[in-house]
Amino acid sequence: MSNTTQPKPPHLLDRVVIRFAGDSGDGMQLAGDRFTTSSALFGNDLATFPDFPAEIRAPAGTLAGVSAFQVHISDHDISTAGDSPNVLVAMNPAALRANIDSLPKGATVIVNVDAFEERNLVKAGYESDPLGDGSLSAYTVYEVPMTSITTEVSKEAGVKPRDAERSKNFFALGLISWLYTRPIEGTMGWIEEKYAGKPLVMEANLRAFKAGFHFGETTELFESSYEVKPATLAPGEYVNVTGNTATAWGLIVAATRSDLPLFLGTYPITPASDILHELSKHKQFGVRTFQAEDEISGIGAALGAAFGGALGVTTTSGPGVDLKSEMIGLAISLELPLLIIDIQRGGPSTGLPTKTEQADLLHAMYGRHGEAPLPIVAAKTPSHCFEATVEAVRLAVKYRTPVILLSDGYLANGTEPWKLPDLDQLPDIDPGFATDPNHVDDDGNAVFWPYLRDPETLARPWAPPGLAGLEHRIGGLEKADGSGNVAYDGANHEKMTRLRAAKIAGIAHDIPPTDVDDEDGAEVLVIGWGSTYGAIAAGVQRVRARGHKVAQAHLMHLNPFPADLGEVLSSYKKVLVPEVNLGQLSRLLRAEYLVDAISFTQVQGVPFRAAAMESAILQQIDGTAERFAAEATGSTDTIEKGSLR
Amino acid sequence: MTDLAHAPSDPHPADDPVPVPITTRKDWSSDQEVRWCPGCGDYSILAAVQMLMPDLGVRRESTVFLSGIGCAARFPYYMNTYGMHSIHGRAPAIATGLATTRPDLDVWVVTGDGDSLSIGGNHLIHALRRNVNITILLFNNQIYGLTKGQYSPTSEVAKVTKSTPFGSLEQPFNPLSLALGAEAGFVARTHDMDRKHMMETFRRAHAHKGASFVEIYQNCNVFNDGAFEKITGKEHRSDMLIPLVHGEPIRFGAEGQHGVVLHNDGSVEVVEVAAVGESALLVHDEHRDNPGLAFQLSRLSRGPYEPTPIGIFRDVDRPEYGEEMARQIDEATARRGQGDLNALLRSGSSWTVE
Ligand SMILES: Cc1ncc(C[n+]2csc(CCOP(=O)(O)OP(=O)(O)O)c2C)c(N)n1
Ligand code: SF4
Ligand SMILES: [Mg+2]
Repeated sequence: MSNTTQPKPPHLLDRVVIRFAGDSGDGMQLAGDRFTTSSALFGNDLATFPDFPAEIRAPAGTLAGVSAFQVHISDHDISTAGDSPNVLVAMNPAALRANIDSLPKGATVIVNVDAFEERNLVKAGYESDPLGDGSLSAYTVYEVPMTSITTEVSKEAGVKPRDAERSKNFFALGLISWLYTRPIEGTMGWIEEKYAGKPLVMEANLRAFKAGFHFGETTELFESSYEVKPATLAPGEYVNVTGNTATAWGLIVAATRSDLPLFLGTYPITPASDILHELSKHKQFGVRTFQAEDEISGIGAALGAAFGGALGVTTTSGPGVDLKSEMIGLAISLELPLLIIDIQRGGPSTGLPTKTEQADLLHAMYGRHGEAPLPIVAAKTPSHCFEATVEAVRLAVKYRTPVILLSDGYLANGTEPWKLPDLDQLPDIDPGFATDPNHVDDDGNAVFWPYLRDPETLARPWAPPGLAGLEHRIGGLEKADGSGNVAYDGANHEKMTRLRAAKIAGIAHDIPPTDVDDEDGAEVLVIGWGSTYGAIAAGVQRVRARGHKVAQAHLMHLNPFPADLGEVLSSYKKVLVPEVNLGQLSRLLRAEYLVDAISFTQVQGVPFRAAAMESAILQQIDGTAERFAAEATGSTDTIEKGSLR
Repeated sequence: MTDLAHAPSDPHPADDPVPVPITTRKDWSSDQEVRWCPGCGDYSILAAVQMLMPDLGVRRESTVFLSGIGCAARFPYYMNTYGMHSIHGRAPAIATGLATTRPDLDVWVVTGDGDSLSIGGNHLIHALRRNVNITILLFNNQIYGLTKGQYSPTSEVAKVTKSTPFGSLEQPFNPLSLALGAEAGFVARTHDMDRKHMMETFRRAHAHKGASFVEIYQNCNVFNDGAFEKITGKEHRSDMLIPLVHGEPIRFGAEGQHGVVLHNDGSVEVVEVAAVGESALLVHDEHRDNPGLAFQLSRLSRGPYEPTPIGIFRDVDRPEYGEEMARQIDEATARRGQGDLNALLRSGSSWTVE
């Protein structure tokens, strides 16, 4: 340990993964979020992974109540929140116990030593104090009296003793800010603004934050501080967004561009509610948010709004998706634009409300009675939720159809820096409302036929109430081709069934070809969809770094698939399909293209690890997965964690 | 930029110079063949609505009929207006989205007793509670018509139907009590045997701003024939129907010999006017803010075999949901100016990479 009081220059790192962990009530999400923001503003590339329990406040000090926030900051382009933390901040024994297994040997552990008392140790299930029994000898452990210092400085600010320790998350944040040489002015300004209405709390938080920072600086506990230099990101203006925020903004932008009033009908459910929260803040865009009595009403109201000429949207997750099925079928029959956003979470039933999964693909594809096809679009990263939303709206409006947009819990809450798009470059979305009668009846009268289709897109006219001469009735009963009158005859039903299918299938020619990242000569293609993108990209990068060739493709359109997908798949010897489900895309690919897709799956409520991806790919290349996996991470994260089928 | 708060296809602003055209019943009738069973009460309700429309001073193109599923729910197909025949029980939800985004439209919801009180009960009560600007016509035939005769949530206890050969076990809903309990501002009852009364009731329901709820006793002559005969039959009406008239003492009978009194404990009772004196009769007040008395009146009769009040039970104004939603948009816009996308995308902290 160093004896000098002279500050040493910070040690340079190319990247670091930090995990803040504590009780649900400890404010770890806030600490992580602030650390992320200052890192973003500092110019790092980053990715985050908030991980919290389903209970709002599980009993304090228990494993069930541990809430964590993982952030990966780097001086180069990264695509995941990191396989395993280099640094764990543990506010109590439960937080230590719940997370220690995910740390590689040699990692740094910073504990709030004040919380390591008998009662908390018991609650966390420790039989002896891990700080004293040698069980942490593989790690570098720093014991910091966070509670007592925080209490002391808060009391000086005049905070009641009972509340004095509550600012300890800011102490931890201050300490980590020093350790990783983060600028602190931003966070201080933020505290001042956020707690402006509660001067005592503001003062206590500021003092705790500064105390944490000074603790790092003045004690000689830490050998040196570290620095992760800014990444060389493409020039432009950046913000740090979660997937749900990007989705909400995508809706507002798409509504504005299409000149359609935005109507969100929804019922609160984790992890989709934040889209409602975000949209309800922005009424100056003419946004109407309707918190319905249930999911059926939410989508019903959205469909009613669409009938009236608005951009109707509903958001949901898990069980809420099931409830919407019947109304989606009606929207398919009515052929009205409608957007259903499914923020997937672990299922079945209530499942894992706060954990991620991508197991709703087949539900989106087939979860309705009758032949009821619709387009499916999936977002791949938090910021990509914006583009995917705009694309889903484009398809819904152009083809007069409900569209399902798939996001998931990991994308919804995770963040990454997002280079703000040039709004003028976004696709045009023209509602193209019907304005005039479109048909002449047998008596020579001009009439309006609501099911007379555009010959190219097969879309029907959208004629919201209000125009004389266009009055018409639509409904869920089968309609006669053209006139839209109720029709029961079999031949017409077959024609309409095939027309509805052809309309959706035809979208394949209106979307970009499969985007394949290939190095000439690759024999293995890894193809995924949704939030596996980051892990697949990281795995592919590692495999290439070992000198192997591998191709990667990621699907944004899952129904229909890009027109060239069959050709792409057949040009590789092996096709590997990683998914956080039991093999849903792989099934679709097999069914559609008779390709021997190899499914690689995992359903643990968390994203794949890059190391697992790496070994799965290597196994396809030369069957040497195990060796590399062990070597790659030093963790237990071998291929057994996933399942190859 | 267009005004995002209003749908692009609102072609008739309040100061529209084009006058509402003069129409007749025929203009409001679609070219579709009406397919209810011959003799069904739905025909006379359809006729009453079609005959009323030319009187309302509204435009066909600004009128929408929405429905769920059931015999009653076929109604929109027969109106030459905009319309949607949707799914079972959900019309109030769909209407909520339409009415709140298109305040320029007249939105009617046509529903059956199964549609609105069984599968759609949740949407009905919440649409009433929110006071969405819609007019709900509930065709109560106390049976499931379309699915061929099962008991419904308004069927009387012990009803023998195809699904209850030993009699139904369930206490029925009283639709008016339910609507009043759900905070409805406009609650009325009429029946399919009296076109004039229907038209008058519908006219008032339409005029009311916010959610209006009208129960219509409707005869299903195939699966529940004569359910209301004891009170709506021509020869029974004067003794069995109690017309509610605002500001008038509540009385009925060929000579007005029966009446209704309010007791000290808050209950209401049918009495002989001669026995209590005219001044003791309860004077009907539609606009009473407290729904308690309307609730008592809704329960004066235990079923369509006792003297039963018809007419408007309650007509009070409350803030209308769509208007309130628009108000919040207007206020936000006044406060912050029209939405600016560039500002939106920078509402967190942004930074620039050179
Ligand atoms: C989800 C769903 N469940 C069941 C049905 C079958 N169904 C159609 S109409 C109906 C009952 C209709 O009764 P009511 O609302 O009283 O209308 P009526 O036919 O008597 O006018 C039922 C059960 C359906 N169409 N949809
Ligand atoms: S079944 Fe009854 S309600 Fe339905 S159309 Fe026939 S008579 Fe009317
Ligand atoms: Mg019925």
